Amino acid sequence: MTVNTTLATYSDWCYAGAVIVYLLALLLHGVQFAAGRRRAAAPELVAAGGGGQASTTNPPGDGTSGTRDAAATAGRMAVSLTVLGAMIHGASLLLRALAVQRVPWGNMYEFGSAICLAAVVTWLVLLRRHRVSGLGVFVLLPVVILLFTSGTLLYTKAAPLQPALRSYWIAIHVFAAVIASGVLLVAGAASVGYLMRTSGRAERLPAADVLDRLAYRATIVAFPVWTFAIIAGAIWAETAWGRYWGWDPKETVALVAWVVYAGYLHARATAGWRRGAAWINVAGLAVMIFNLFFVNLVVSGFHSYAGVG
Amino acid sequence: MNGSPNDVLSGVVASLRNTWRGLTSMRTALILLFLLALGALPGALLPQYSLNAAAVQRYQAEHPTISPLLDRLGFFDVFSAVWFAAIYLLLFVSLVGCLVPRSLDYARGLRARPVATPRNLSRLPHHAAASVTAEPAEVTAAARRLLRGWRTAEAVEPSGAHTVSAERGYLREAGNLVFHFALLALLVTFAVGKLYGYEGQVIVLAGGGQFCNSGLLAYDSFKPGIRVDGTRLDPFCVRMDGFTAEYEPNGQPRSFQADIGYQDAAAFGAGPAGATVGGAAGAWRAATLRVNHPLRLGGARVYLIGHGYAPRFTVTFPDGQQRTSAIQWRSVDTTTLLSEGATKFDPPGVTDPEQRRQRQLAITGLFAPTAFFDGAVLSSSFPAPRDPAVAIDVLRGDLGTESGRGQSIFGVDQSMVESGRLVRVARQNLLLGEQLTLDDGTVVRFDGVQQWVSLQVSHDPAQQWVLLSALCVLAGLGASLSIRRRRFWVRAAPITEAEGGGRTVVEVGGLARTDQAGYGEEFTRLAALVLRGDPEPSRGRPAALARKE
Repeated sequence: MTVNTTLATYSDWCYAGAVIVYLLALLLHGVQFAAGRRRAAAPELVAAGGGGQASTTNPPGDGTSGTRDAAATAGRMAVSLTVLGAMIHGASLLLRALAVQRVPWGNMYEFGSAICLAAVVTWLVLLRRHRVSGLGVFVLLPVVILLFTSGTLLYTKAAPLQPALRSYWIAIHVFAAVIASGVLLVAGAASVGYLMRTSGRAERLPAADVLDRLAYRATIVAFPVWTFAIIAGAIWAETAWGRYWGWDPKETVALVAWVVYAGYLHARATAGWRRGAAWINVAGLAVMIFNLFFVNLVVSGFHSYAGVG
Repeated sequence: MNGSPNDVLSGVVASLRNTWRGLTSMRTALILLFLLALGALPGALLPQYSLNAAAVQRYQAEHPTISPLLDRLGFFDVFSAVWFAAIYLLLFVSLVGCLVPRSLDYARGLRARPVATPRNLSRLPHHAAASVTAEPAEVTAAARRLLRGWRTAEAVEPSGAHTVSAERGYLREAGNLVFHFALLALLVTFAVGKLYGYEGQVIVLAGGGQFCNSGLLAYDSFKPGIRVDGTRLDPFCVRMDGFTAEYEPNGQPRSFQADIGYQDAAAFGAGPAGATVGGAAGAWRAATLRVNHPLRLGGARVYLIGHGYAPRFTVTFPDGQQRTSAIQWRSVDTTTLLSEGATKFDPPGVTDPEQRRQRQLAITGLFAPTAFFDGAVLSSSFPAPRDPAVAIDVLRGDLGTESGRGQSIFGVDQSMVESGRLVRVARQNLLLGEQLTLDDGTVVRFDGVQQWVSLQVSHDPAQQWVLLSALCVLAGLGASLSIRRRRFWVRAAPITEAEGGGRTVVEVGGLARTDQAGYGEEFTRLAALVLRGDPEPSRGRPAALARKE
């Protein structure tokens, strides 16, 4: 099996392009966030300056309405750029798949990239249903960081799979893990937003109960997928390693993450535990990230497919 | 407490009940879940005896101060530790304590009628009202037709209003219960597999090497379940006919394949005398072992899990006798398969142990499948056996094989070297076919390379039940997270003659019992149909629609 280096190069260019576009989107979300904050502070100034001219259609003070428009425009532009970025990002994965004639999640670089795409697509789907673009910074920041790290420190040249990974289970098990991780990333971002919103530090964010519901709904989609990913992994392990469960570090931490998210669902079902539940959701995301980086790179185990170093 | 037996008894009962309530509360379950997650972490972060005993010893040598404490706490064997078992057993006791009453509640709830229509429907999260021309009874009859698939109950209130109460989504709780019971089943079947299963590894030389699953001693390492004593293993034999490894030009492996012959229980025949070798009953059947493609034989599975090289040496002793040996060396570099090992020889024809212990030989050093010399230092540039070479020390003396100490097959007993009873008599690099001569005239010749494969045999009688439990976990989870338990009420009240009469006020209300999100759309659709007031509902918008968020 030979690698089509031309396609692989195009894939790398698309990857870099996607990171740049996401970065621009992130900056615009930052503008949206900052402008919104000024707006939140503005009414007091206006009131002090004399609220007599206030009317219902025209908010007093040109600067205020200007920044609000700027915030909305920046938000819209950010979302448009995110859509563009997702398309380029998808092209990068598709080209990589074509270049190596296999699924594009065979090493850690590709895995990280696929997770980010899953997260961005989840985010865009949620944006269609809910007006939550104010959360953009919280979603795109981890995505950009993860993509940048994957593309620099963890970059792996296009290459065929090692024998252990040549099984149709890679299309099932790893795909499920990618989807679950991507959706949980967005859920975690929503929970971080919720915690900041309820602590009163980020008034510009969407309403707290919207964020809470967003996190919950993303998690109840991802949790069964994650469960399936673990079960599919166990079935594959039975075929590949001779046992369905062997407390391999990756298996163990995947189970720990599962237990933490199970804890989140129970805590969220308990009245008066919304903030506690949000903290648990953030802890779950921390375990997922730990599983991605630390267990792959530092701990040695059966799952050492990072292809790094 | 005055100490009367009754008081003591009731005190004990009360404290037991409180303990039980505390144990089965959600808060306790959450804390136990958290402890389970926390407790599993050292199992992932610290080396574990069960996975890699050598790594544990290395860690203990590097961290001499903290290791004894960690060891005593069971941190190097977390998943067999008492405290870890305590956490998950308490969790599952708590789970049972929660599930049993919930199951009973659920069974009762299945037979109960939907809750009567609340007096004030406008206080519900979802609400709508309209006035229609249909009779109250017609409205409720149409509503019940519409609410097919819902559990409904109809009532007539003293005021003359007709009501329908409906509830749907009972499967949510069923899914929830299935999920939790399946988790219990998963734990139990996992444990049964650990009790009655076994796992063993063995290295077999390609080119005719054989392995028979006859007992513990056939294995290089064997991990039996508590209820396995090594007798009555699944009978089968495997013969390693050939092994092929393919590599990419950069040395990355592309595929591993072992061509084997095997005899399973059927080949041995069922007769008490066993099978006759070579007869029809004892025939070898061909099969191919690859990574991700094990051989499944009744209860046992055979896996190809590793491979390596066994350099073959022929020693010609001064009296002209020859001995040939090829024993597995282990790779020290997994990408180039540079390997190390020790091939040991007893002098032939020496019966006196004292004499023998002075003239034993060990050939130890490095083997490279594709030799690359940096000066005289041997390394390997490719994992396939293109240009094999060895860099060896030949040691003579007492190997210590009769000392009573166990020793590695990959090395010599260093204490013998240090005490001067095992002495190096030669050091040389040899290409394939080259030889060296020792001071006493003994000739050591590197005359071939064989491949070895390492096989794993696994047996787990409960694993299909584990899979079934896991699938039930998934199905229950899917049902409990995707189905919403929700209620819907209709009240159709006639307008009295004094107020105009002839019309009916229809009110509908809705309540999602779990997550409110998503019920709104369904409610709006249902409400619209009910509020039309037609005996035969069809699509359309009601006269008035008010929905309270």
